[in-house]
Amino acid sequence: MRTIRLGAGAGYSGDRIDPAVDLVRRGALDYLIFECLAERTIALAQLERRRDPESGFDPLLVRRMEAILPEAARRATRIITNMGAASPRKAAERVAEVARDLGLSGLKIAAVDGDDVLETVLGGDWPVLEHEARVADYRARIISANAYLGVGGILSALAQGADVIITGRVADAALYLAPMIHEFGWALGDWDRLAQGTLVGHLLECAGQISGGYFADPGVKDVPGLDRLGFPLAEVSADGTAVITKLPETGGQISLATCKEQLLYEVHDPESYLQPDLVADFSSVEMEELGPDRIRISGARGKAATGLLKVSIGYEDSWLGEGQMSYGGVSAVGRARLAQEIIRQRLAQHGAGIQELKTDLIGLDALGARPNPTEPPEVRLRVIGRTATEAEARLICEEVEALYTNGPAGGGGARKSVTHLIGVISTLIPEARVVPAVTMLESL
Amino acid sequence: MILREIAHSRAGDKGNTSNISVIAYRPEDYALLCQEVTVARIRAQLSQFQPGLIRRYELPRLGALNFVLEGVLGGGVTRSLALDTHGKSLSSFVLEMEIPAPAAAPCAAGPNSEEVIR
Repeated sequence: MRTIRLGAGAGYSGDRIDPAVDLVRRGALDYLIFECLAERTIALAQLERRRDPESGFDPLLVRRMEAILPEAARRATRIITNMGAASPRKAAERVAEVARDLGLSGLKIAAVDGDDVLETVLGGDWPVLEHEARVADYRARIISANAYLGVGGILSALAQGADVIITGRVADAALYLAPMIHEFGWALGDWDRLAQGTLVGHLLECAGQISGGYFADPGVKDVPGLDRLGFPLAEVSADGTAVITKLPETGGQISLATCKEQLLYEVHDPESYLQPDLVADFSSVEMEELGPDRIRISGARGKAATGLLKVSIGYEDSWLGEGQMSYGGVSAVGRARLAQEIIRQRLAQHGAGIQELKTDLIGLDALGARPNPTEPPEVRLRVIGRTATEAEARLICEEVEALYTNGPAGGGGARKSVTHLIGVISTLIPEARVVPAVTMLESL
Repeated sequence: MILREIAHSRAGDKGNTSNISVIAYRPEDYALLCQEVTVARIRAQLSQFQPGLIRRYELPRLGALNFVLEGVLGGGVTRSLALDTHGKSLSSFVLEMEIPAPAAAPCAAGPNSEEVIR
């Protein structure tokens, strides 16, 4: 049975570039896929694009393409990525320029748009999924609204012969599912195959997270060579079954355990994993170890999609002010606790509009761990508060810094930062309200 | 003994909801997981995060449980004041759970979900 080879080039926007280069050189890949768009990234990219109309795409796009395109073009490995973020077309233009500068003419680059549904969302009455509210309640503060597209736009770009496909918001697994449908000619109603392809995509989408990244726990889960972690690839058969593996002489490991952790990663009901193109059921998935770093996966089932697309809505939220200070040596924890108390009292005296305030003793209780009876040799105080205005957020930072000369003895290493928060809410809209559009460019 | 000796775990986040897998290293320990790692035990283990609704999903073919905890991420990664905004460390806190040493045990009957109790 014919197989195709799909590699994972990135699991998030800031991911390492070297493993992707290795994959395209030695992996005999048909496709290399970069998933780079976290939930809030697109709202930040929209803000970026407002400041500079030439931007709004992934900050590592150019570096990644410079590293990948020469080998990918030589080996006819096609690239699919959501690095377009808020500006797929601008991103495609930049990739065409990179290709030209590298002397790669005739490369076909497609931009997939249509995920921007801001007008639809602003023009209707939609419920917020996360809590009791309407999207209209956020109206004045909304920055962006992007629907999770399915495979449609990517399939159309593949049919037009695109070598590089750049999308905005697309369901992560759909970036992988589309080339399987294209290559094997699966019907769009062939739910079990689509589910199996979604399973492959879901397992690969976080790249190194299935090849041993985010897995090691010394003594019980030892992983070799994390310093040279290799990214995964899948050998997919026409029936949708696949082997997850990685390149020889790379670090990390692909085992039943890494595959099981990744299978459930960010999944809620395993019988009902909602995607734009189907509803996948992972509860019957079988995994079999064929050899070192070779896991065969099968058994995913699927049913028809809901007809609704999830929309991520970015809005201007609150401000955060954060200040930190360290205390070390004898009575470190006592002095840090005193500082904590001083800050709380001072901020109360200011009457600043602090909506929420959190103080942590890092090394003692910052993550929510239960207190340890033995005290640490040093502790770092972290104070963070949410405010409606930048000035109030700044006040929190300033009070922490002022602990230098107004707080307990021996405080050192103050740091402060103010952040404007982008909040994210979600809603569902009918699929018919979303029209993917493909723009083709060719490098000269 | 603690859960870490027979199981591994990974936490993921979606909005203000965390999902935490608990996976047996050996298939024969899955029944013990079912018996010991109940919704009530997870609620107690992570009480400092004041979970709302908790659901447990069972995956016998994989020897795994999947817990979905609503409202434990301080508003979610974009809004939370927590140092660990994603709640990545929750999986490690779950693995601290004290359990009896493995012995054959049937999968516990009873509800895998409960309503929010405050």
